[in-house]
Amino acid sequence: MAYSKKVIDKFENTLNEPHKNSVGRWDPKEEDIGTGMVGAPACGDVMRLQIKCKEKGNSHVIQDVKFKTYGCGSAIASSSELVDMLKGKTLEEAKVIKNSEIADALDLPPIKIHCSVLAEDSIKQAIEDYESKI
Amino acid sequence: MKLPIYLDYASTTPVDPRVLEVMKDHLSLEGNFGNPASRSHSFGWKAEEAVEDARSKVANLVNCDTREIIWTSGATEADNLAIKGVARFYKSKGNHIITSKVEHKAVLDSCRQLEREGFEVTYLDPDKNGLISSDLVENSITDKTILVSLMHINNEIGVINDIKSIGELTRERGIIFHVDAAQSTGKVKIDLKDIKVDLMSFSAHKTYGPKGIGALYVSRKPRVRLEAQIHGGGHERGMRSGTLPTHQIVGMGEAFYIADQEMELEVERIRNLRDKFWDGLKDMEEIYLNGDFEKRAAGFLNVSFNYVEGESLIMALKDIAVSSGSACTSASLEPSYVLRALGLKDELAHSSIRFAVGRFTTEEDINYTVDIVKDSVEKLREISPLWDMYKDGVDMDSIEWAAN
Repeated sequence: MAYSKKVIDKFENTLNEPHKNSVGRWDPKEEDIGTGMVGAPACGDVMRLQIKCKEKGNSHVIQDVKFKTYGCGSAIASSSELVDMLKGKTLEEAKVIKNSEIADALDLPPIKIHCSVLAEDSIKQAIEDYESKI
Repeated sequence: MKLPIYLDYASTTPVDPRVLEVMKDHLSLEGNFGNPASRSHSFGWKAEEAVEDARSKVANLVNCDTREIIWTSGATEADNLAIKGVARFYKSKGNHIITSKVEHKAVLDSCRQLEREGFEVTYLDPDKNGLISSDLVENSITDKTILVSLMHINNEIGVINDIKSIGELTRERGIIFHVDAAQSTGKVKIDLKDIKVDLMSFSAHKTYGPKGIGALYVSRKPRVRLEAQIHGGGHERGMRSGTLPTHQIVGMGEAFYIADQEMELEVERIRNLRDKFWDGLKDMEEIYLNGDFEKRAAGFLNVSFNYVEGESLIMALKDIAVSSGSACTSASLEPSYVLRALGLKDELAHSSIRFAVGRFTTEEDINYTVDIVKDSVEKLREISPLWDMYKDGVDMDSIEWAAN
């Protein structure tokens, strides 16, 4: 399968400079961290997304994000694309991010749409986890 | 060293330059372009001579009679002709066929078609090394069994089935034995005078010949009958009609002649490269070699890199041409059915890469590939949450994963 240039760039940047591209993890027990882990090894992709949030006025803002992804190149690129979208957003704004925005940004072919769905699931779960702590 | 490096010789091979030279002489007005079936002029006679010369080269490589070689468009057609042709011809004798779960789709899908026509098919499970034993075959034979179809060398993992002992027991019982040997020619010695195989499929393009041409060996002693699957001018003694593509046939003949001449040295060279390759990788943490190491054709290495998904590894190895058992590389999103039949967990099937070394692989290619594989696996594990969990000592089987 030929990949879009955007997927390849995103994938290669993430691989070659993981720390600059928000690869990493925090202790999920920390109060200001929300963790989402979706997918399954048997299905070939697992994403772990973590958001670090801070209360600002009457909402909560995503200050920083870390992720790790096991999966195909499109799955890794989808996580990385999502991370870029999340930084600085309020939780309300983050909740309405749709997988189609990720798919469009990366020109994902139809067979790879599930990668962007997984990414959307990961942020939903991370927010849920964070909100359960506040 | 030239990039990208081709390590997918089990998928196809480039045409050997010597083969190309011969093919070129059989196409244009200046060359031998005639229809081998034309009986009325020298153009036809000359073409027929070239076709028969190629037929004897193919027959020589596998030690059979030239009259036992039937040209087809490739191993897929040869498999179809063998399986459907035998089943439909002998259906009054019985309706049971034995094959295995790790066969090529050309065999599996031909069997599926026969199931729709009322035949019963047993799909044998290989052992954990990918091999089908003669005991396993013997235990599945019924008084309705008319055909056993098994591959010689598996195309994903390269393991070699003991077709000699399986042939003994099928011949004893009067059951026809078909062997898909698409991966075998030029890699292992085949002596059809010694082994009791009734039908054998061959492909040119896995052995440095052109795509679009193959052959089926059809035994004359004992005589095996087939129902033709392609009807037309009655070529190939009625078993496979269609104008013979002289240029491709002479290409296959030359490729098999070269294989016959050079196999011994080439296999040793390729085995050394393969061993050097595996020596370079084997000390990596959490990697698994799939399939039996000893009973294996020289060029094959199928390796699972745990906690790294195969397609992402292929993408990271952008200057190396390999293939993966990962679901993501298939249209079906299912991981390799061959690796799963070996009992591999899905995640290890997703993490597998097939490296296949061949005629034009150099030592430099191998050294470069070892380095870049190690580096890429390390980088991908750095971003893999599963690698973290493995390092943290988490038992991943105990986790309830939400299936997506």
